[in-house]
Amino acid sequence: MSTIAKAFDHGKALIPFITCGDPSMEKTAEYVRAVVDAGADLVELGIPFSDPTAEGDVIMAADARALAAGTTTKKVFDLVRELRRDITVPMVFMTYANVLFSYGSEDFIRTSRDIGIDGFILPDIPYEEKDEFDGICKKYDRDLISMIAPTSKERITMIAKEASGFLYCVSSLGVTGTRSSITTDVGAMVRTAKQAKDIPCAVGFGISGPEQAAAMAAVSDGVIVGSAIMKIIAADKPGTTGEVYRFAKELKDAIKT
Amino acid sequence: MSKGRFGIHGGQYIPETLMHAVGELERAYLKYKEDPGFQKELTDLYNNYAGRPSMLYYAEHMTKDLGGAKIYLKREDLNHTGAHKINNVLGQVLLARYMGKTRVIAETGAGQHGVATATAAAMMNMECEIFMGREDCERQALNVYRMKLLGAKVHPVDTGTRTLKDAVSETFKEWTRRIDDTHYVLGSVMGPYPFPEMVRDFQAVISREIKAQILEREGRLPDAVLACVGGGSNAIGAFYHFIDDPSVRLIGCEAAGRGVSTSDTAATIATGRLGIFHGMKSYFCQDEFGQIAPVYSISAGLDYPGIGPEHAYLYDIGRAQYVPVTDDEAVQAFEYLSRTEGIIPAIESAHAVSYAIALAQSMRKDQIIVINISGRGDKDVASIARYRGETDLSL
Repeated sequence: MSTIAKAFDHGKALIPFITCGDPSMEKTAEYVRAVVDAGADLVELGIPFSDPTAEGDVIMAADARALAAGTTTKKVFDLVRELRRDITVPMVFMTYANVLFSYGSEDFIRTSRDIGIDGFILPDIPYEEKDEFDGICKKYDRDLISMIAPTSKERITMIAKEASGFLYCVSSLGVTGTRSSITTDVGAMVRTAKQAKDIPCAVGFGISGPEQAAAMAAVSDGVIVGSAIMKIIAADKPGTTGEVYRFAKELKDAIKT
Repeated sequence: MSKGRFGIHGGQYIPETLMHAVGELERAYLKYKEDPGFQKELTDLYNNYAGRPSMLYYAEHMTKDLGGAKIYLKREDLNHTGAHKINNVLGQVLLARYMGKTRVIAETGAGQHGVATATAAAMMNMECEIFMGREDCERQALNVYRMKLLGAKVHPVDTGTRTLKDAVSETFKEWTRRIDDTHYVLGSVMGPYPFPEMVRDFQAVISREIKAQILEREGRLPDAVLACVGGGSNAIGAFYHFIDDPSVRLIGCEAAGRGVSTSDTAATIATGRLGIFHGMKSYFCQDEFGQIAPVYSISAGLDYPGIGPEHAYLYDIGRAQYVPVTDDEAVQAFEYLSRTEGIIPAIESAHAVSYAIALAQSMRKDQIIVINISGRGDKDVASIARYRGETDLSL
């Protein structure tokens, strides 16, 4: 078992997502420390990919900027080593299968363990393809995070039964990005999943601010916020770190109650 | 191992949001491919709408000029809409209708798949939206207007390299946004299962016809079958019924762009390595950290960083060979076939013609090669003129 479960020990979990290397590794380290100071319970570190097929415009643009700035898998590993000198909350990588596969899946997962990464979110690895990566994750006591979506329906039980770490509940159809409203009955998805397995369920995709975060947290165990944070980071001006901190703090306060 | 494997290649590497839709598609496809009513309707569309069977033409002038093997051309360029793409599209749009879908979406590179999809959608009364890289919209402006005439909405794609790869990504994204009433008519033998298998089955009509036609004309099988390969749908269609005939060499011609030793290339087998992208495990042009390469070819239809999983498998087991052909070589072959046989091939197909010109000369006169002319070249005339530095087309 990794330490991911720990993230859900103190009430509703705040899980911010940050793309590594946008605009630089130094800035990413500042932003990660800002969200942790604001009360993040788990941090999702995005390793940029050239063609992120599950991402909306905001994260796709962040990935493109990070790659243009020279971000590579090895530099992201160095960043994590540096962050782990003081950051103790669980951290997971969010990236695409080819980033692991191309590095050598086992080398990638073993190195991730050695530097203090607790799990992996791979949006292009559905249940049917997970064994290829999950076997290695188990060998190194890491969690491959499973996802369920509004279209999963009868697949939810099958997926939840084999989930580990936490279950990522995709709130809406489409790609990542903020939405003015979330129309899926997320509560029903979470209930179906929890009937199959007692596992923390965190909701992501489309959460734009504190109000939605509170609503999603009310029917689950935590919220994942990515595009709304990366929008702030995209501005990249003096004071951005403070803004990231304040936004994460608002989210944290909103889901507490 | 998951479904839809060709050796280690293939699979279903897609977001969970789409798994329900590909499952539904798989069930429908397996049901209707054995359904006599569906097959009868599809055959009727092939024969009475698309103009099948397409001719197998003996290229006598080219054969004599080169002085080697006898050359036959499989005339997929004579199909309705001008390319092999219609074979797959009629199958998929008909299937979508049987599934109760009312809207189809598709990516397109050169525009031929987009035009074919818009055509089938118009004929079967479905809503149609096409995603096409901005760069390709400019290279193939004629096809953009054809799609509009046919009632389709064309979305220029401004992400990444603004070419086929990005159009595929955007169409997948659109599918995750709106699934219930929408079928994604994927244009090649790629993507997640069941697409590579389903598209191959719809394109296999090409080799079924070649086999019957050559046996009737020559009383024997050809010694080699050549086709251009991007994703590889016309090639797999031309190869499929010969895979179990080991005497028939199968040769896929990849787009080498400005050469395989440059970064301006799209020759996946020559320069790529194993990876996972666009729903499948296969070979991809990529950097050392798995970032997909910004590939290049003069041909918008071959300008793709991957290759279909069945081709990757045929390569692994040595059943088919894949050769790179540069822009220059393809343009020369484009002009050669135009002058020699009075047939202007698509610049994509010209890649296969180019390799065939060299191959035929190394073969005996009693040997036979078949080149799949996957499409017609009208769409390419302006860009070839530009390539030759001719800016005024009126003279």
